Amino acid sequence: MKRHLISAADLTRDDALLILDTADELARVSERSIKKLPTLRGRTVVNLFYEDSTRTRISFEAAAKRLSADVINFSAKGSSVSKGESLKDTALTLQAMGADAVVIRHGASGAPHRLATWVDGSVVNAGDGTHEHPTQALLDAFTMRSRLGALDGRRITIVGDVLHSRVARSNVLLLHTLGAEVTLVAPPTLLPVTVQSWPCEVSYDLDAVLPKADAVMMLRVQKERMNDAYFPSAREYSRRYGLDRDRLARMSEDAIVMHPGPMNRGMEIAAEVADSPRSTIVEQVANGVTIRMAVLYLLLGGETQ
Amino acid sequence: MILIKNARVLGGDPVDLLVRDGVIAEVGTGLTAAGSTAIDAAGLIALPGLVDLHTHLREPGREDAETVESGTRSAALGGFTAVHAMANTSPVADTAGVVEQVWRLGQEAGHCDVRPVGAVTIGLAGERLAELGAMADSAAGVRVFSDDGKCVSDAVLMRRALEYVKAFDGVIAQHAQEPRLTEDAQMNEGSVSGRLGLTGWPAVAEEAIIARDCLLAAHVGSRLHVCHVSTAGSVEILRWAKSKGWNNITAEVTPHHLLLTDDLVETSPLGSYNPIYKVNPPLRTRDDVLALRDALADGTIDCVATDHAPHPVEDKEAEWAAAAMGMIGLETALSVVQEAMVDTGLLDWAGVADRMSARPARIGRLTGHGRPLAAGSAANITLYDPAPRTAVDPHGFASKSRNTPYEGMSLPGRVVATLLRGRPTVMEGKLV
Amino acid sequence: MSDAPRAVLDGPDINRALTRIAHEIIERTKGAEGVVLLGIPTRGATLARRLGDRIAQFEGLKVPVGYLDITMYRDDLRLRPARPLGRTELPPDGIDDKTVVLVDDVLFSGRTVRAALDALGDVGRPRAVQLATLVDRGHRELPIRADYVGKNLPTAKSEQVKVHLTEIDGRDAVLLFKPGPKQRPGAAEGSEG
Repeated sequence: MKRHLISAADLTRDDALLILDTADELARVSERSIKKLPTLRGRTVVNLFYEDSTRTRISFEAAAKRLSADVINFSAKGSSVSKGESLKDTALTLQAMGADAVVIRHGASGAPHRLATWVDGSVVNAGDGTHEHPTQALLDAFTMRSRLGALDGRRITIVGDVLHSRVARSNVLLLHTLGAEVTLVAPPTLLPVTVQSWPCEVSYDLDAVLPKADAVMMLRVQKERMNDAYFPSAREYSRRYGLDRDRLARMSEDAIVMHPGPMNRGMEIAAEVADSPRSTIVEQVANGVTIRMAVLYLLLGGETQ
Repeated sequence: MILIKNARVLGGDPVDLLVRDGVIAEVGTGLTAAGSTAIDAAGLIALPGLVDLHTHLREPGREDAETVESGTRSAALGGFTAVHAMANTSPVADTAGVVEQVWRLGQEAGHCDVRPVGAVTIGLAGERLAELGAMADSAAGVRVFSDDGKCVSDAVLMRRALEYVKAFDGVIAQHAQEPRLTEDAQMNEGSVSGRLGLTGWPAVAEEAIIARDCLLAAHVGSRLHVCHVSTAGSVEILRWAKSKGWNNITAEVTPHHLLLTDDLVETSPLGSYNPIYKVNPPLRTRDDVLALRDALADGTIDCVATDHAPHPVEDKEAEWAAAAMGMIGLETALSVVQEAMVDTGLLDWAGVADRMSARPARIGRLTGHGRPLAAGSAANITLYDPAPRTAVDPHGFASKSRNTPYEGMSLPGRVVATLLRGRPTVMEGKLV
Repeated sequence: MSDAPRAVLDGPDINRALTRIAHEIIERTKGAEGVVLLGIPTRGATLARRLGDRIAQFEGLKVPVGYLDITMYRDDLRLRPARPLGRTELPPDGIDDKTVVLVDDVLFSGRTVRAALDALGDVGRPRAVQLATLVDRGHRELPIRADYVGKNLPTAKSEQVKVHLTEIDGRDAVLLFKPGPKQRPGAAEGSEG
């Protein structure tokens, strides 16, 4: 594995399978009464969060703590960052503190790449702008694998605001690496104009794609996008691209419904779909800790150059 | 008195040039002149001093990035004898007072002629015309007006500006960028921007404005100059406009758009998302680069302009979205043009002289520059050695800034000497 | 590479050793009542299964067999790139108040066993813990000794011992490697410890 996890494209098929297999073993740790492992004792993991994301931060924090790492939370609010300190100066501070890994969430695409040029520790991308969110893709793949088995040849449909979605980018790359067949479904306004160069299929017609899907992943769509004319109204979006009970009924019986959260119930996903047994949304959250433990272990658990 | 021996004028056979009283006195072989300083120019190309239509000198306001003094030293080292200083300073060069200040600073520095560009609209705000006439009539004698960095996107305002400057033979140099299509835009919209999750900067945002402006300029019979053309589509529109006989339309291309492509943002050895490649207009694709080269070769694009845009280190050492746009280019311009145009066989040295000296001087209505290297011309001369190939080392630059995308890149050629009206500003590759 | 390895135990030797250990376990634990065999992956796990089969054969009692991966508890993690994890799988009834017999292939420095004791403490509270090993090659670095030993094998510290088992390696053998010119002690694959 590479020293950093910034893009799902950093992972070979073997890397990705190693992470998923490691997570399989670590999932058992989460089931026992003592959930802590001594593995990363003496290692320091910094959570550097420039965007509010309590869920992701807590997930990384729990993962690091279960591996006995020291965790430092460095959030943009109330720190020197909000006083205009540059990313580079923050990086140099973390470097001086001896961070073995920096988990970064940032509003600017590519910020983790820049950070990696300024610190010696491993950089883990916890979401950068509209670029990528590789641990989300890993936990999604982990969730799918535990429900569907191996992902080779599986048909995965990702629906929603692909243009602005770091989850979609990472998922397309990782699922392709794992041999799944991905279809993106979105209004044309919410797809990159060059999406045909991605390793996936593209459709504008959710109903045509749904019956063939083994898993359907609904992406969060911000209502405010309609102010920029990406779609006319929330109602029309929901009618054409939302997953409601009728559409769920047309899906194959074993197919699962996923959502990276946070959800807009009633917009991209109906409440009864989100809460149905086919939905993996709660599992995804639980699997997040496990997959992040696997990533931190594999990045920090051995010798580091 | 300076006697330049055995220079290959425009790449031709070696001749001698005798410079006296700031003027080329004689051109011929075997010239001698008692009491003259001799420059051995064997193997060197002699070009008329280069003229840049598009330079950001940053003074007044951002003297931490560049000053007229440092920027013109940089220009001289790059072989330039005249530069046009863009108006987006602080305060903006939108009054006679500011343009005269910049002009005077240039005179005091003395490394090359500085022709201020006046803003088209007050504060570059795109709302009301600046006092274009007052700037034209000032000591600075402004002829080129531009809101560069901002596009004069309002069609009526653009029409009026084009018409108004006819009274003093001015030209509007348009930064063609449709603002709504480029809100938050970060890099060329294409497969790379799609992968990197950076908001795309579509080619159409440039092309739509160029098409509109060409039609407007033709309609009102005014001079339009298109800044830093960057797309193949823009080239097609310009080719069409020129085919209509609309000879008042001119265009420039930057050295970096002749050489660099948007995939560097993803795969550069200098790192992904390195803002050293962040520039406005953005780096485009290989197809665009090839179209721009062809257009410069066939004259569809009239000239090369550097868009030298200095930024202090901290404005580039940031995440992509927060970093400043622009790259410096004065000291590498001729080398990049050699690499992209001469060594590829697209342009000979006479062509380089035309695109980097004669035509930009004509567009800027700059007398005394861009003249043939013949007896009677002002002795603005650049001596250039095309032979050596070296890795670019920005630490040797005279510019205050270091934001060059060519660091470590191997480029051909070296400016050996620059003469401004007979006075050496650069000798042996070093400032005099 | 080092010279060709020397086989110090062959298939029948290993069989005999395991048979003897199985008998000893039965004897020492008064009929293997309340015993759980926990193999340390990879080869310790295989050996634990074999011991379980033998005890069932001799005593007619099905002893619970599980696996205890100790990777995350190792004290030498930083000496090598991160390792893939082995399987941890406890018997359904767990290990609380049981006599746990840890099973490993080679006992060397004792560090693996130390890690196993730590790991054990995190998954339950056995009544007693014992240790069975196919080969004890000496050179202990911790105060640890085995309760059941298949074969005491005097070795030089720089030598390497590898256990091959049919289920994993296609044949049964214990191999002794002389040190190669550049080989670090203990650098080979396997769970020598």
